[in-house]
Amino acid sequence: MSGSPSLRNRINTTVRDMPRSGIRDFFDIVSTMKDVISLGIGEPDFDTPWHVRESTVFALERGVTHYTSNLGYLDLRRALVKYVQKTFGAEYNPDNEVLVTVGVSEALDLALRALINPGDEVLYHEPCYVSYRATILLAGGIPLAVETKAANGFRLTRAMLEAKVTPKTKLLMLNFPNNPTGAVMGREDLEDIAAFARERDLLVITDEIYGELTYDAAHTSIVSLPGLRERTIFLHGFSKAWAMTGFRLGYACGPTELIEAMMKIHQYTMLCASSLAQKAALEALARPESDIAEMLGEYRRRRNFLAASFAELGMECHRPLGAFYAFPSVAKFGLASREFALRLLTEEKVAVVPGTAFGECGEGFVRCAYATSLENIKEAMVRLRRFVARL
Amino acid sequence: MDELLKLLQSNALEPRENIARMLNLPLADVNQRIADYEKRGVIRGYQALLNEDKLGLDQVTAVIEVKVTPEREGGFNSVAERVCKFSEVHSAYLMSGAYDLLLFVVGRNLREVAAFVSERLAPLEGVISTSTHFMLKTYKHHGVLMQQDKSDERLSISP
Repeated sequence: MSGSPSLRNRINTTVRDMPRSGIRDFFDIVSTMKDVISLGIGEPDFDTPWHVRESTVFALERGVTHYTSNLGYLDLRRALVKYVQKTFGAEYNPDNEVLVTVGVSEALDLALRALINPGDEVLYHEPCYVSYRATILLAGGIPLAVETKAANGFRLTRAMLEAKVTPKTKLLMLNFPNNPTGAVMGREDLEDIAAFARERDLLVITDEIYGELTYDAAHTSIVSLPGLRERTIFLHGFSKAWAMTGFRLGYACGPTELIEAMMKIHQYTMLCASSLAQKAALEALARPESDIAEMLGEYRRRRNFLAASFAELGMECHRPLGAFYAFPSVAKFGLASREFALRLLTEEKVAVVPGTAFGECGEGFVRCAYATSLENIKEAMVRLRRFVARL
Repeated sequence: MDELLKLLQSNALEPRENIARMLNLPLADVNQRIADYEKRGVIRGYQALLNEDKLGLDQVTAVIEVKVTPEREGGFNSVAERVCKFSEVHSAYLMSGAYDLLLFVVGRNLREVAAFVSERLAPLEGVISTSTHFMLKTYKHHGVLMQQDKSDERLSISP
């Protein structure tokens, strides 16, 4: 690394010692190349539904350009609790149990900072979204990664958690449907985890940003299980199901004491989420079923196509049940994930993300996002076939 | 609507193997179901969607509103069926509202369409009046935008 060592030494040590996201690293390589088909994009290829964009423009014309309440517009919070009740089966009070945030990323950061005292341990499962470990560390917590396995459909089990938990463990973080594995937890799987959280008296943060995107069975939220609502912060947002990533709009629902604590940090550091994005979210909640159904059908077809293609190529891939990621094994080719991804990129111009970007246990896997057109996926599979034939 | 039909509607040339993969069905099932739809007349044909504005064709398309007196037996159908026999009529619909039939008529030029209307269409028994509008430009046809090729604004890799 270049630059002044004296400046580097003045950087906060947690930040200084933290590696950059493995995704960022790979992006720098891909962005120098042309005509790459990317299966590395973790956001929908669909545009935000037109009625949402149109109403955002209208809001701008009307001058909705001011600060909002710290918690977010009350009409939005009312619409959110209705949606959460109907879709995820938990009831919240819009006055003090919902906080609108700048994406789920902010909500996650707030939740961790609001709950963690130095030295508190946080259980989370890997492979997982790139920010989990980093945000736990930034909040002063100690990350305890629990490794999920392909053989088990990358689901989390109570036994895995029991093997890691200690008396210092305060929090359990969940993300199902999962990025990067596409894993989903059924009700029975979740009941075991819920019992574990209750018996160990753990708080739970559940990031359900892909909650609408399941392909074979409806999603169950852990927050709907007995005794979980009062110990859980439920996180959700508009990026994935409504294709609104750039709006940066998320929210947290939870018991009033926890939301109040998060709100204090939000108030001092962010003030409020963008007023326009909040209006857009309100419009998005006007007809979620029809907006989402169309995209869901398309994702399902792509998922089926990818799963069939991997099977034809003899690549092991647990069937992705949710989100828009497949996580096939590349171990049998005798290359490390990163090398596989780099060679696939340079030799065939197909970008996938090495599994190691999502935790060390992602070694031996690559993440293929199917948030790209079927045309692209088809061509990517032609190239992948050529590539693996040479290995 | 059956997902299979939706796929064919968006691209009838999609290889059947790919359709089978997407729907998670055996290839033989896909072939059988398509054959059934064809036999039952649910699928009436397969066509290319052309951006005719790019072809510089010597032709005009007119949209014609037709008011009709329904017949005692057959209602609007018998007039509509007679109208549809003309090869100039590319599409015909029965409408609610101020007129009854909506026709899309194609001719080489304005005069040819005018001749069709005055000599063939208007004199038909049951036709009360017509109102002809000429189409100037096609922006979207059968759900497909005629001008497109927008670029992907997304980062090439994201978490």
